[in-house]
Amino acid sequence: MSRTLSAPVTVAFDYTRSTGPVLGRFLTGLREKRVVGVRTSEGRVVVPPPEFDPVTHQQVDDFVEVADTGTVTSWTWVPEPVEGQPLDRPFAFALVTLDGADAPMVHALDVSSPDQVRTGMRVRVRWAEERVGAITDVACFEPAEDAPTGSAIELGDLGANPVTGVVTPVELDYQYAASPEESAFYRAIAEGRIIGQRCPACGKVYVPPRSACPADGTPTTDEVELSHTGTVTTFCIVNVPFLGQRITPPYVSAYVLLDGADIAFLHLILDIPAEEVRMGMRVKAVWKPREEWGTTIENISHFSPTGEPDADYDTYKHHL
Amino acid sequence: MAKQPAAIVGVGQTHHRAKREDVSMAGLCREAIDRALADANVSLDDIDAIVVGKAPDLFEGVMMPELFLAESLGAAGKPLLRVHTAGSVGGSTAIVAASLVQAGVHKRVLTVAYEKQSESNAMWALSVPVPFNMPVHAGAGGYFAPHVRSYIRRSGAPTHVGAIVAAKDRQNALKNPYAHLRNPDTTVESVLASQVLWDPIRYDETCPSSDGACAMVIVDEDTAAASPNPAWIHGTVMRSEATTAAERDQVNPQAGRDAAAYLWKQAGITDPLAEIDAAEIYVPFSWFEPMWLENLGFTAEGEGWKLTESGGTAMDGRLPVNCSGGVLSSNPIGASGMLRFGEAALQVRGAAGEHQVDGARKALGHAYGGGSQFFAMWLVGADKPSN
Repeated sequence: MSRTLSAPVTVAFDYTRSTGPVLGRFLTGLREKRVVGVRTSEGRVVVPPPEFDPVTHQQVDDFVEVADTGTVTSWTWVPEPVEGQPLDRPFAFALVTLDGADAPMVHALDVSSPDQVRTGMRVRVRWAEERVGAITDVACFEPAEDAPTGSAIELGDLGANPVTGVVTPVELDYQYAASPEESAFYRAIAEGRIIGQRCPACGKVYVPPRSACPADGTPTTDEVELSHTGTVTTFCIVNVPFLGQRITPPYVSAYVLLDGADIAFLHLILDIPAEEVRMGMRVKAVWKPREEWGTTIENISHFSPTGEPDADYDTYKHHL
Repeated sequence: MAKQPAAIVGVGQTHHRAKREDVSMAGLCREAIDRALADANVSLDDIDAIVVGKAPDLFEGVMMPELFLAESLGAAGKPLLRVHTAGSVGGSTAIVAASLVQAGVHKRVLTVAYEKQSESNAMWALSVPVPFNMPVHAGAGGYFAPHVRSYIRRSGAPTHVGAIVAAKDRQNALKNPYAHLRNPDTTVESVLASQVLWDPIRYDETCPSSDGACAMVIVDEDTAAASPNPAWIHGTVMRSEATTAAERDQVNPQAGRDAAAYLWKQAGITDPLAEIDAAEIYVPFSWFEPMWLENLGFTAEGEGWKLTESGGTAMDGRLPVNCSGGVLSSNPIGASGMLRFGEAALQVRGAAGEHQVDGARKALGHAYGGGSQFFAMWLVGADKPSN
């Protein structure tokens, strides 16, 4: 058995990007199968356009249209493409200086082997069938040895509905690893026990246990079995729904200070109307049916009032 | 060696809105930067170094945004530093920039902080479920609401004090052309009637979600001589503390108390309430005004709400707090701390416009972040510090 527990976590969101007027013009051009660059104050044509001039720092405004043909200035081979890359078969990432531009842009070049790529080779944009105003409107570059050399021209009208924003889905897949101490805690939870650890220096009992006492840095080693009853120190009633929420509001998110522990942890309070939950209320852990248990705090479905008199404020006020 | 004197000679900010879809992240920063440079009467070519701050990368989903922003910020060929201390980052960023001048490393430093909250969803980003843990987290409001409840219990404050703060700050915002929320009809009664989101925090007691940026130009004594109204830095401080220590005081955190005490000591302040003319305090949820009044030492513990309730923190009060409308009226998270610092500078420069406190000579800028884990503060004055 591994010393620590781990579980996958995926963090994913469809982020939006306001493009601003400069990148918006570049993306609008792509949608129309036109490549928009900018002439900087030094007279260099750069694609994609920088938003601000590298010398004067002013927002750029001298837009030009360059050819969709160009020359490879450098490249690298991608033998095993990963998800999300422009092509799903081996390809080259190439720096391509488009005809009319003075600086290269990076994109995929669709060739079947590294033998077919060389610096100085002529290439052409392969446009996506459906274009939406995004860099993916350029599906990739493809070889075009006979392509005539184009040049930059002044940018004409790009038509109605300029691009002002794009959506960029981002997904990160992690393997979340609990510390050895947390892992021991969750394994105990899987047996229906709640354990904490006492700091040998300050004597405080932490639940879940930490690797080291947050107050003095001392490794916590002495295991303490804790009661399944405790006191609500403070709480809030969550009435607001939000993206990714796992519990349907309204619900009471409360700090529960278990008897024998020196720090409260957050859990859910049920079996009582939310407006009747009180600071100082005595509660007990309500466990899910044993067959549903895993190595998670969610084995405890919620905390429920014990019916005892409320704890005296002085007994928990130093935990607020 | 003693610190070199340093002063703020330029402050710029964006018009903060829920969605600034007209500008990119770089464009948003430049809107604030260009205003700060114009205010300071300098150009990017005059700047020696740039310090940028923003809150967690998950808010926009851009890892290390300083990399792609460098050229737009005018940093090519210059030192560029990025600072991150969660919600307090705007303040910490300004302090790092100031320290480069105070240490004699640079003469003219540009600092900028931003957030483009519309590109994502901060509530989601702050509530990503962690395996094995109980998924009861509910954003910043869900985090702070229990501690607000604790404050109310501990201090015995009447429950309408939070609404007084919210109504005051929203009225103040009407005097600030850059403020995001502009709700002339907000009153204590309307705040109390608004929906309870995270009991005991109501909708109108909560900061908005904003796109915005703030920038400042911080310079050495020689450069400041050319400014008609420099804001001199009389003290800076940052403190942090463990988020989860047993018996940690979540209502009146030790790090905040220690930071404030050190700030007042640096500046020779013995009675903050009497000696400070205006304060810009990081109040994302209304109850944090009385909580921080106590934490900062403006009042005794348990008495902060009395100053608020008496009108003492209003524009015409004994200690005007958040005359700009504060975080409750504009919250581009990464920039919110720098806005506090910048607004404090504007007050002592006599440049705050309609929300100027008459004759302000000393002002506090304050920010906090994480689970009340990071604190950043500065004290600025119209006069050159004597120490």
